[in-house]
Amino acid sequence: MEKMSGARSLMVALEKEGANIVFGLPGGANLPIYDELYKSNIRHILVRHEQSASHMADGFGRVSRRPGVCFATSGPGATNIVTGIATAQADSAPMIAITGQVPTKMIGRDAFQESDIIGITNPIVKYAFQPMTAAEIPEVVKKAFYISATGRPGPVLIDIPKDVQQNEDEMTFPSEVKIRGYHPWVDPDIGKIERAIEMLLSSERPVILAGGGVIISGAFAELQSIAELLMIPVVTTFKGKGAFPENHPLSLGPIGMHGHAEANKIMVEADCVLACGSRFSDRSVGTFEEFEKNLKIIHMDVDPAEIGKNQTTHIAVVGDIKASLRIMVKMLIQKAIKRSGDNPWLKRVSETREYFRQNLKLHPHPLGAAKVLRKLREVLPAQSIVTTEVGQHQMWASLFFDVIHPGTFFSSTGLGTMGWGFPAAIGAKAAKPDVPVVDIAGEGSFNMTENSLAVSVLDDLPVIVFLLNNFSLGMVAQWQRTFYDRRMIGIDLKNCPDYVKLAESYGAQGIRAESIDEIGKAVQTALKSNIATVIDIPIDPQEDVLPFVAPGTPLKDMILPS
Amino acid sequence: MWSIISVLVENKPGVLFKVTHLFRSRNYNIDSISVGVTENPEFSRMTITTSADEKQLNQIIKQLDKMIDTVEVKLLDEKKSIYRELVLMKIKITKPSDIMEITDLTNAFKCNVHDVRKSSIIVEITATPDRINAFEDLVKGYGILEITRTGICALERGMGNES
Repeated sequence: MEKMSGARSLMVALEKEGANIVFGLPGGANLPIYDELYKSNIRHILVRHEQSASHMADGFGRVSRRPGVCFATSGPGATNIVTGIATAQADSAPMIAITGQVPTKMIGRDAFQESDIIGITNPIVKYAFQPMTAAEIPEVVKKAFYISATGRPGPVLIDIPKDVQQNEDEMTFPSEVKIRGYHPWVDPDIGKIERAIEMLLSSERPVILAGGGVIISGAFAELQSIAELLMIPVVTTFKGKGAFPENHPLSLGPIGMHGHAEANKIMVEADCVLACGSRFSDRSVGTFEEFEKNLKIIHMDVDPAEIGKNQTTHIAVVGDIKASLRIMVKMLIQKAIKRSGDNPWLKRVSETREYFRQNLKLHPHPLGAAKVLRKLREVLPAQSIVTTEVGQHQMWASLFFDVIHPGTFFSSTGLGTMGWGFPAAIGAKAAKPDVPVVDIAGEGSFNMTENSLAVSVLDDLPVIVFLLNNFSLGMVAQWQRTFYDRRMIGIDLKNCPDYVKLAESYGAQGIRAESIDEIGKAVQTALKSNIATVIDIPIDPQEDVLPFVAPGTPLKDMILPS
Repeated sequence: MWSIISVLVENKPGVLFKVTHLFRSRNYNIDSISVGVTENPEFSRMTITTSADEKQLNQIIKQLDKMIDTVEVKLLDEKKSIYRELVLMKIKITKPSDIMEITDLTNAFKCNVHDVRKSSIIVEITATPDRINAFEDLVKGYGILEITRTGICALERGMGNES
């Protein structure tokens, strides 16, 4: 045991958890923490707005698959990270948010910069702690990392009153913790996996639906083995994009509202689906009732509460996806099960894919989204990490940017948080400094957190903002064109600011690329220079994202470009 | 479908808030809730009654189970459980004979009479919701001035493994 302050014990506990970087912004109620941060070896990344700190921690967490840490002060500092916490929760990303709170004696007195952040974040955290004595902090941190990273990951909040940071106490640092109401690991039921194999083998038109759980658990090799042994085509959810190499002959890409035409088509025709780590979101399945019609559903998920939440399941396997799939692979190998690809279903799958690849009309504009994003893919190394903002560009990325190396594509898919992609890319760069990181962006989203350019430049976390600029809130514009009889309101961003000058004013590189050729060169320049770069690409404001499954309609009613 | 859920939770601040917030944020309905510390002061037991279809009830149980502060979640079988609610009812007294009549009714329902006054009487009844409703129906005519209910509390019969 060692006597130290609560703030000091926080640093020691963070270091013990391997947290060597935090994203944050200091203020009155977390200054004791910052004073100890000053003395520690933990790297601090100073953000310009706390929301970005939470997104950076989120991006760091998703890429490194261990919790990213962000700091904010009490009151507005804490409320500024609420969106980041909700985003991490919606996408099951590991994150530890540590907020300062007014001193214990001031809690409940409407003190300056007091907010009940525990109450505010209750429905959007995996768990929250508010240690009321300094001595609790080491165990709280241990538990926070344990809860955040295990089972279905998620954000954990630690709200520490200022006096608790300052008070000294004898500290004990536990090497492990047990929580009696928390059982993150369930051993997958082997009998059910056996039955799942039988069901897949006895079905005529099986598909695999890979969700975000495959990426979170890193079950890429297992998934690929199963697909190849059973010769089953693989579709993904949008969150699961890149769980399976999108240049693989069995890959059809994401299903859903803006899914690939061939993926939606084949999903609708399937008679059996092996869903791995997917929560059957409305954006993926269209309508719940229509989706499950004539479909046998095998559902694997680490979260038992996902079983049967949105879809009726025929076989449910609760457990870590990687563990479940590994057992399945073993069984297939032991039983020497290998299906031939020479069957009518796979023929139908390849024909469908070929049909749409040949016949899907692409936007004719010289800077149509497909051409722009395919050029990016062509020049970007396969292991590069890509994040996106939220909007049309995000859905075009889903449609036209193939993920080759599994687990390199990240997006705010659940909450759909505009402004997420850029700070998340910076967090990703901090986790993997050796690979290029690109934020596929739209200017509407980028506007929301563009001040993170300062961080990208000053903290040597260079990322490339690949900005599809249509001078408007494009997705809203598309919906107004499609569903509101072209009554366009609240969408015009009037080409302001000038993104090249904006980048330059931060000391970043700004490049305007007005042809496919210039885009390729700009990306290469950015990759070579290794400094933060904004590539401003003026695209056509009239381009819609197609195919499109209108909200509340089934996948089979997908609208194709005419 | 009316159901009784028994939830063993960590006895610490904020847990009741989290449980009720879960019902709010997922659009479930709480008919009644009662909470109290158990034989082990580390735990509290919540008895929640809810009206939900089978699918939703399944989700409620799973979502409660998923909460880190819940240690055990059980859907109680009405036939295999004892469940009671305590109600205090203030009834209007208009004429002296009302007192006698209400007292007779309370005897029949095995309830207690408190605070007998010229203009009102308070009756305490501990029973199943059906019986309470039946009693309420019978005394409605006198005029019910105020009611307070504790919500259901419930325990499984036997040792769990007995049937």
